[in-house]
Amino acid sequence: MANRVVITGYGIVSSIGLNADEVLHSLMIGHSGIGEITRFETIHKGKLPIAEVRKSNEELLEIGRLQELKNYTRTALLGIVAAREAAEMACINEGRHIRKGLISATTVGGMDRSENFYPLFLENPSKGKLSEIIHHDCSDSTEKVAETLGALDFITTISTACSSSANSIMLASEMIKAGMLDLVIVGGTDAVTRFTLNGFNTLMILDRDGCRPFDENRAGLTIGEGAAFLVLESEELALKRGKIIHGLLSGYGNANDAYHQTASSPEGTGATLAMAKALEMNAIAPGSISYINVHGTGTKNNDLSEGVALQKIFGGNVPPFSSTKSFTGHTLAAAGAIEAVISLLSIKQNCIFPNLRWATQMKELYISPVATLVKDAGVEHVLSNSFGFGGNNSSLVFSKYNPR
Amino acid sequence: MAYINGVGIISPQNTLPGSGFLEPAVEHTADFLRSVEPVYKSYIDPIVSRRLSRLIKMGITSAKICLQDAGIEAPDAIITGTGLGSVEDTEKILGELTKEEKFLNPTPFIQSTYNTISSQIAINLKCHQYNSTYVHRCFSLESCLIDALLQIQDGSATNVLAGGFDEMTHNHLTIIRRLGLWKREVIRNLDLWTCETPGALAGEGSAYFIISGERTEKTYALLAAVETLYRPESTGETAAFVVHFLSENGLIPEDVDIVLMGNNGHAEHDSICNEVIMQSLPGAARVLYKHLCGEYHTVSGFAMYIAANIIKRQLIPPSLLIHGLASKKLGNILIHNHFRDTDHSFILIRK
Repeated sequence: MANRVVITGYGIVSSIGLNADEVLHSLMIGHSGIGEITRFETIHKGKLPIAEVRKSNEELLEIGRLQELKNYTRTALLGIVAAREAAEMACINEGRHIRKGLISATTVGGMDRSENFYPLFLENPSKGKLSEIIHHDCSDSTEKVAETLGALDFITTISTACSSSANSIMLASEMIKAGMLDLVIVGGTDAVTRFTLNGFNTLMILDRDGCRPFDENRAGLTIGEGAAFLVLESEELALKRGKIIHGLLSGYGNANDAYHQTASSPEGTGATLAMAKALEMNAIAPGSISYINVHGTGTKNNDLSEGVALQKIFGGNVPPFSSTKSFTGHTLAAAGAIEAVISLLSIKQNCIFPNLRWATQMKELYISPVATLVKDAGVEHVLSNSFGFGGNNSSLVFSKYNPR
Repeated sequence: MAYINGVGIISPQNTLPGSGFLEPAVEHTADFLRSVEPVYKSYIDPIVSRRLSRLIKMGITSAKICLQDAGIEAPDAIITGTGLGSVEDTEKILGELTKEEKFLNPTPFIQSTYNTISSQIAINLKCHQYNSTYVHRCFSLESCLIDALLQIQDGSATNVLAGGFDEMTHNHLTIIRRLGLWKREVIRNLDLWTCETPGALAGEGSAYFIISGERTEKTYALLAAVETLYRPESTGETAAFVVHFLSENGLIPEDVDIVLMGNNGHAEHDSICNEVIMQSLPGAARVLYKHLCGEYHTVSGFAMYIAANIIKRQLIPPSLLIHGLASKKLGNILIHNHFRDTDHSFILIRK
């Protein structure tokens, strides 16, 4: 490995905590963020659970040390809080002549504000506040995050549904390895919106009791919101800057299931290919994976398809695995980055976090998730899966950093 | 650096297979420049097609045309870019949300997802390879091309299907008109450069390219490099960036034969385009093209179609407006575009 890519910072905001310490604490004590809808009006209130960040936009504005609420969507606010934590941990503005980039991801961008605009606008095209619609497109939240980070040489946004931020991490690594950038702040952000909640509801894949990944009686996913960002840089630069290295990005793979727009193939073709590519990149043997943070949405379809793929790749020796969506809900475009941070926390804490609300073995599989916290787990390599609509499947491998 | 080995484009001009090269120009006198769409049943099963919204049909079809043009059945990667994805589907859901959230049809939600077209192509082709979608305004297609070049450079792919698409709807047009950036009245598109009223003309389109590591008999031109510049502090910085970008590709400003300009009819926008290029490339012929396709986030795809064809055919169609004299041999074309002086992009196409 000539040009290793390492992680020198991470930040996270989710229903189980507003920063990495709070998230870690929740993961350790088994505290889930899934609960009732409180933040917006919807007919689904009291019927469908979600995993909300328990802070209002005003409170997020203050946490993000920002002014002028009208300039920000909730998606942007969540992103800023998480990116700030990551950037400060890695001291991204220390060091000279560093080419920096920001690669973010989102599925609905500023939809939380567009929803306020459309009812009035559709009644009368000259109505609806323009300030509610100008943040609609996906690049808005990325730019708002960028404004808090200082000068940048590159900026873009990815949207591949629920694997979006895993793909951001891959692009960042590719650009560092190619020598195009030295340091990249990378992640994703998504706020819960009525748009998303109702969209998933039309597909009838929301579990009214809260998601139960890999359980025989699972009935769907639970929508969550949040954001996470990581600071990726070349190992050489991190050492030169004297930064603490929290882990190594040691593999990644992107493959398409090419089966159906919203359903995964029963054979788990895309998932198998993505995991295989990620492991092959630096010849990490399947047997050396200590923990898999699975995609595990809790839908009938995903967990079966992903489970079949796990059995294909790992055979009779599937490593301990869990879906931390049982804590955070499914945070869509942010999920890949949120679970990347959780993978790093697993390495740091040497723990395997449990898959909450698991009770019954799936009939079609011979594997089952870790249902209780495992301490002193000897965590060396963590595989993290993020699979999205459209068969956009991505897998990442994070490893404990050992200086060469 | 890679080759452009195939082009598939649906635009407000006659750009479908078998058409000439922007000759004669298609006139539009309407709210926006709407794409000249093909008969979709030649490309998509009519039963499937019925459920697809317009942008999805345009996106899938132009991708198929591109693959046919290059003579490629299975690309090694599919990468797309879109500023807004399927606006029609998004608006449908936003409309339904105003009716007590009691809608049941999941199709608009599925199609509103930005990666729908890249994955639909993958499903159609049974293509399990790398697949991604960029959604960053006027960097959407450019990011997609940067990724395509990376995939080729690191050996992951030989042939990448890369494309960008955006559509215009009446609601969306109303919103951007209210924002004051676009013409409020209907004009004839070919009069854009002599029109006295402020604002850009809205357009749309979908353009795909086979970006390849290998030269073939189908090769149009070289995609030499793609660069983006975010939030420059001054026009001087942007102009210096252009010169530096060229030098990284072994060129000096005098080597550039044509610049495909970002001008769209909006005075403030156009003066930035003019200043950047006059400062950095005073000798290059400046070619205006947005009167043919209108303005949209992934408009660089239309410019790339023009550049690839100019290089291949060694001619500049008279439907384009040219300022200055182009050299006899057309070897180096620079495409510039920007969004509110915040996002500047540069694509270098060479013989």
